[in-house]
Amino acid sequence: METFDLFIRQHMDMVYIVILMIFLGIEIIGRVPSVLHTPLMSGANAIHGVVIIGAIIVMGKAESDNYLALILGFLAVVLGTLNVVGGFVVTDRMLEMFKKKKPKP
Amino acid sequence: MPHNILSISYLIASVTFIIGLKMLSHPASARRGNLIAASGMALAIFATIFLYEDEGKHLGNYGWIFSAIGIGLVVGWMIAKKVKMTAMPELVSFFNGMGGACAALISIVEFDYIYRNGLGTPDTIFSSVVHAGHYLAIIAGAIIGSVSFAGSMIAWGKLNGSIKDVSFKGQHLVNLLILVLVVAGAIFTYFSNAAGANIPFFITVFLALLYGVVFVQPIGGADMPVVISLLNSFTGVAAACGGFLYDNKAMLTGGILVGAAGTLLTILMCKAMNRSLKNVLIGSFGGTKSGPARNTSEQSAIKEITVTDAAMVMAYAKKVMIVPGYGLAVAQAQHSCHELEKLLEEKGVEVKYAIHPVAGRMPGHMNVLLAEADVDYDKLLEMEQANDELPATDVALVLGANDVVNPAAKNDPSSPIYGMPVLEVEKAGMVIVNKRSMKPGYAGIENELFFDPKTSMLFGDAKKVLQELIGQIKEI
Repeated sequence: METFDLFIRQHMDMVYIVILMIFLGIEIIGRVPSVLHTPLMSGANAIHGVVIIGAIIVMGKAESDNYLALILGFLAVVLGTLNVVGGFVVTDRMLEMFKKKKPKP
Repeated sequence: MPHNILSISYLIASVTFIIGLKMLSHPASARRGNLIAASGMALAIFATIFLYEDEGKHLGNYGWIFSAIGIGLVVGWMIAKKVKMTAMPELVSFFNGMGGACAALISIVEFDYIYRNGLGTPDTIFSSVVHAGHYLAIIAGAIIGSVSFAGSMIAWGKLNGSIKDVSFKGQHLVNLLILVLVVAGAIFTYFSNAAGANIPFFITVFLALLYGVVFVQPIGGADMPVVISLLNSFTGVAAACGGFLYDNKAMLTGGILVGAAGTLLTILMCKAMNRSLKNVLIGSFGGTKSGPARNTSEQSAIKEITVTDAAMVMAYAKKVMIVPGYGLAVAQAQHSCHELEKLLEEKGVEVKYAIHPVAGRMPGHMNVLLAEADVDYDKLLEMEQANDELPATDVALVLGANDVVNPAAKNDPSSPIYGMPVLEVEKAGMVIVNKRSMKPGYAGIENELFFDPKTSMLFGDAKKVLQELIGQIKEI
């Protein structure tokens, strides 16, 4: 329990970020029209691809004889990139269609 | 100095995520918002590769990193560009699963480091070789990432039709039991012998994967969008766990932002179907046919209509309302649909589209499809508006939609979709329903609309039928 307490105290700024981001996340998309639900979900999907940063760190600090870290890290970077690239490209493709859809004057 | 640049890069990335999400929720700015978030992501990735320092050391293995990114980039780009518009929903699920797997793999590698360090000090319990907070971030990332990965893969399989809905009695109890075992495994690992902590850890990960499977398996295909959105926010939280692990603010902000926004989006989607999240997750649609069984005499009361007659009726109508559904999407019939609409307008018929918020497999699915075919934005009516105009409509043409026009949602309390708002097409003067067969829709229930005396069935593939209709109308 003390270690946990210590962890919280050392990471107080992180705890603040978490709480503020929860409110911000809810606030930001509060009034999204239902038409945009799918692109928004897809866009959010791409953003959580930020997990790739962790994968890069794992990969980058793996010693050359640590095969588990190398292989899993490699796989993680590939999957993370898929998430980021695929997510943004698919969202863009969806929204490309919405662009044409603007009401004509 | 490089460290400062890295921190600032992360800060900029976090801000672009926030701005991106904000802009994504308005139609006019959505596309730019996506690009802004993407550029922030690129910045964060390159800053990490070149500037990140671990105990004063730069990252190594550049060859590995760049080849992995190269593979992901090419494959991801190809899949995302090549896939048909109709397959978009399952693709989102697929990419979400990749993110979940990525988070889980990171946790596994980090666990392995600690486990190996622990091997040097035999006869100690695992909790003494790891910080509690650190362990919490690792195990939560592993569990949530695994659930998200397995669940997304099942959702992906369900949407592309390769996995069928399966549920059995008492499944929720079994699911709950597995969830309890996952948590127990996580706690057990923490207090087990440091030298043997890997076994309970991997069992926990395995159980988490299993939970992901059984969690999504009983949920009906029609509810998949909601589930994908929920799993999306799970992956966000898993990414945030990585943020705790590496003290990385960009991962933390991005992850939590998506976690919170995704949860709200899930609830909004449920609201669009007038159901609660609990109802979606527990009161499963799929598999069990709880709707009242129709007897065969009623079954035989359906009326068919020929393409020629249907063409005639529509060409001489004043107002036609097209109700698109998943059938239109699978048949890729959006262009034919637009062609029919133009042809009818030339003949002086007023044509509108009635868009149910959850028609197709995702909210907004129909808007995307029809926009692709250049259908005028003003012609797409949202549900309330369409329901106001339906009584003044001569012909409602239902193209491969089923559950969203089922009157049982209004007048049969025993129906599993009771309470869901539907398009009241039966108020139109005449209803023409195009379907491939009499098979029930995704919710697995009969539709009494088809037995309505006003309704005529026009069987066949939506695209083929539409083209025949166009041919016939041209001749009139």
